[in-house]
Amino acid sequence: MGLLALFRRTPSSASVAKERLRIIVAQERSARGGGPDYLPLLRRELLEVIRKYVNVDPEAIQVSLEREDGHEVLELSVALPERKTG
Amino acid sequence: MTEIIVVTSGKGGVGKTTTSASLACGIARRGKRVAVIDFDIGLRNLDLIMGCERRVVYDFVNVIQGDCTLKQALIKDKRIDTLYVLAASQTRDKDALTQEGVRRVLDELTADGFDYIICDSPAGIEKGAHLAMYFADRAVVVVNPEVSSVRDSDRILGLLASKTLRAEQGNGGVKEHLLLTRYSPKRVASGEMMSVDDVKEILGLDVIGVVPESQDVLTASNAGTPVILNEQSDAAQAYEDAVARLLGESKPLRFIEEPKKGFFARMFGG
Repeated sequence: MGLLALFRRTPSSASVAKERLRIIVAQERSARGGGPDYLPLLRRELLEVIRKYVNVDPEAIQVSLEREDGHEVLELSVALPERKTG
Repeated sequence: MTEIIVVTSGKGGVGKTTTSASLACGIARRGKRVAVIDFDIGLRNLDLIMGCERRVVYDFVNVIQGDCTLKQALIKDKRIDTLYVLAASQTRDKDALTQEGVRRVLDELTADGFDYIICDSPAGIEKGAHLAMYFADRAVVVVNPEVSSVRDSDRILGLLASKTLRAEQGNGGVKEHLLLTRYSPKRVASGEMMSVDDVKEILGLDVIGVVPESQDVLTASNAGTPVILNEQSDAAQAYEDAVARLLGESKPLRFIEEPKKGFFARMFGG
């Protein structure tokens, strides 16, 4: 580090690395902690079963796992297509 | 009691095998009985770093498949008489390693009275890496102060917390430690490299050792003499400190600061 470095204001490459890592690691951790590995598969299989009876949109099924005061709730929400009247 | 320690990292080339060899030597040199096992099936390398490549007759897979006894496959180190090496197989069949087989070998080593079993994990998150960590009591996660290595280490920490026997049993999980390698205090001082504290903060783990970037590591692997045995080397002293901390001693970190420079050197670079 020479005299010029004292006047330089750009952040060091190490602090850029640290900041990038802080963000990506937090993001990946929350994705990991967001639910067990079987959720995507469960969602796919449920979709297949439901589609035997009702023709729902693949995006219409939401499966999520929520933690509430010590117990876990598996939440399943299916938006059925609007029934045609007449 | 036998303690199983996995040396792992996710990313390749960060110094897992170098670290496994040096930790195994360092622990064994203190009179403990140590077995170090290469889990990198298909890409055997620990034997070269330990300098026993010409003495491999039987390997890990041979033991699992019953082609030989464990005693026949264990290679006794010529320098330290409480140290044994179990080489990886060169087979291309990755399924040769099974959880049941690994369990049998580890149980037999335990029954035989080994104090420590060091599992040298392959890179990646495939079967070999999974089996290397599955039965571990402790994990040494080797990391370079560099973005991809740190990110991969975090992946590995996630696996240690979920895909190990201890995690499944829910009895406290695997005890995890960080070991930084290829650390350059000079580049840290100039802001080009993340510091020990940066890496510690991102991964949220204890640091059990910081090994400075050193030419002695290559020289050691050229010769097949684990770098910890080269007493003059900074890297050796750093590994020796890590061994002491693994065994429960507390030691301040060394080699993490550049030697102080004079006033003129600081003002005008150099």
